[in-house]
Amino acid sequence: MTWLDGWWAYAFIAIAGWLATDIWRWLGVLAGKRLREDSEALNWVRAVATALVAAVIAKLILYPTGVLAQSPLWLRLGALIVGAIAFFLARQKPTVGIATSIAVLGAGLWWLGF
Amino acid sequence: MTSMERVKDDRSSLAWFLTGARGIFSLPAIILMLSFVGFCSLTVQAGIPPEQVVFMTGIVWALPAKVILVSSILSGASLATAFLAVTLSSVRLMPMVAALVPELRGSRTPTWLLLVLSHFVAITAWVFAMERVQEVPRDRRATFFAGFSITLVTANMLLVGIVYHVVAEFPPIIAGCLFFLTPVYFLASIWHSARHPVVYAALGVGLLAGPLFYWIAPEFDILLAGVGGGTLAWLGERIWRSRQEKSA
Repeated sequence: MTWLDGWWAYAFIAIAGWLATDIWRWLGVLAGKRLREDSEALNWVRAVATALVAAVIAKLILYPTGVLAQSPLWLRLGALIVGAIAFFLARQKPTVGIATSIAVLGAGLWWLGF
Repeated sequence: MTSMERVKDDRSSLAWFLTGARGIFSLPAIILMLSFVGFCSLTVQAGIPPEQVVFMTGIVWALPAKVILVSSILSGASLATAFLAVTLSSVRLMPMVAALVPELRGSRTPTWLLLVLSHFVAITAWVFAMERVQEVPRDRRATFFAGFSITLVTANMLLVGIVYHVVAEFPPIIAGCLFFLTPVYFLASIWHSARHPVVYAALGVGLLAGPLFYWIAPEFDILLAGVGGGTLAWLGERIWRSRQEKSA
């Protein structure tokens, strides 16, 4: 992988990473100075933005890399569902949902002999 | 203004900066650091050198954007393709920043300062700021946010640099759990910090649309799921809302 060497890697990260994210942050500052909190346009932007991240989340769960790539899908979905149940039972406390989900996944991986 | 008053003012600015910095010990900050350990193991598996991972942490900062950047690098994408993928996935930063700016801005906060501070906005800093900034006097909010967010970025750059060399030796169960922490954390924190019903709708539609478009058009899946799924969620929520208003 030649791109990994030298200044090109840093230029790649700066353009495809820094510029690609900070453009939106700067536009956000400019928009935030005049944006109406209750406008329908902001609602649409919110919806698109959230759906984009949700799609990323789904891909991370369905098509993980590394160790989890070898784990069964039912275990990942199961860990997610049990975590979600705990999250709602605990009056939507993020820590409870996250901890439960990770505990189920960890136990499942251990049981499967990882 | 006398010199005494100025000294007093300087001190309290520093005090507010440090109050923000202390947020590094809060729960969201700790979860984010664990997620960064997970991200670090992803970069080790992707074969990205540690200096570049530290550089990436500081300069990109937003975790989902970095995950997409790393997957683009992994799949051998061109600069233009990687730029497009990261740009499209980072659109959400704009409404996040736009919603935060009215909260952070004091009567004398210059625009250049907001532009600089906006770099440190990502999910965790945003959730933290939206929750706690109310308790800070308006003219001190930018300082408070600077203290928290700059500390958080610096701490994670150090963390990533140190952990990189350890993370490869983690037992598989730990490595797997750390990887899983990122999607689970994002799900829980987006749901928890949502202040509008359209966010719940978009989250649900996006979770289904992501895999669907990955199956139909894998090259543009995230974009299609975002624009298509988001628009669908927005339309649905809007129709539902207008029906509620009519029946009420």
